[in-house]
Amino acid sequence: MSKEWPLWEVFIRSQHGLAHKHVGSLHAPDAEMAMNNARDVYTRRNEGVSIWVVRAADIVASSPGDKGALFEPANSKVYRHPTFFPMPEEVKNL
Amino acid sequence: MDHKVNYLLRLGDNALVLSQRLSELCGKGPALEEDMALTNVSLDLLGQTRMWLSYAAELEGQGRNEDQIAFLRDAHDFKNLLLVEQPNGNYADVLMRQFYFDTWHYFQIGALCQSSDQRIAQIAEKSLKEVTYHLRRSGDLIVRLGDGTELSHGRTQTAANELWMYTGEAFNYDAVDDAMVAAGIAPAAAGLRSQWFDHVADIFGEATLTMPPVEAWMQQGGKQGRHSEHLGYLLAEMQFLQRAYPGAEW
Repeated sequence: MSKEWPLWEVFIRSQHGLAHKHVGSLHAPDAEMAMNNARDVYTRRNEGVSIWVVRAADIVASSPGDKGALFEPANSKVYRHPTFFPMPEEVKNL
Repeated sequence: MDHKVNYLLRLGDNALVLSQRLSELCGKGPALEEDMALTNVSLDLLGQTRMWLSYAAELEGQGRNEDQIAFLRDAHDFKNLLLVEQPNGNYADVLMRQFYFDTWHYFQIGALCQSSDQRIAQIAEKSLKEVTYHLRRSGDLIVRLGDGTELSHGRTQTAANELWMYTGEAFNYDAVDDAMVAAGIAPAAAGLRSQWFDHVADIFGEATLTMPPVEAWMQQGGKQGRHSEHLGYLLAEMQFLQRAYPGAEW
């Protein structure tokens, strides 16, 4: 099965969503059938208006071992975070 | 029985019996994704069944509801096409039965959207989206199986040949159908038949399948309540609960 039916990752943009969210994966022989399968498996309860299917093999993921190098610099520089600066009185209700 | 009620029962029974057949496959599909898809189609058809049978019950005016019509009639009162009651068999059989039915169903429902009966047109309108997807899916899979391996091609061709004799009944009109056509409620047979043949021929061409002879002898009787031996067993299972515990609800 895995030889003939590769793994696909499914991303769905919900009714009021701005971005596609990863919702899960499935097996299918090609993109067209992956799309049909995604529709049948992941949009049964009115979850979305748009589907992306991507071959899992085409996704490059960050390595857990790189966590420090990738994300630590942002954590240690609090002035980069929007919450670091006090808001001026006039725009309090933004 | 009123012709229109009879016609509505035929529409409802087709969807009901095929839905029941497909639900037998729940958890037994060849892959998780297929299993979900088949169950989706089954539920689509069940939703359509409810609309047709509810309308039939209202017109009939005998105080029956959709449940009583579905669960308390015996085989000779069912008016579905013989095609839909055929057993599941292997996966090629399931898909071929579906493809033959979906093709007819799609053109039928499409035409019913223009029905002179407002309510029928509305139900058809609602069903058309589902039916369009069913047709796309089953056609796609027939092409994949037909144009697949030697084994899948062989099984799909066998299924095409074996189910062929059940494909003519839908276009073989009787007094009920004729009355519906005359009233502008249902589409004429000739147009439907040629649309059906064209689509099946297209898909079979892509699937490298041979179309069985067009003039082959066709089985009939389902619409008039004369069924194959399979329907009784299907109903025995489907209706067990209502028969054993009349009026049971949950």
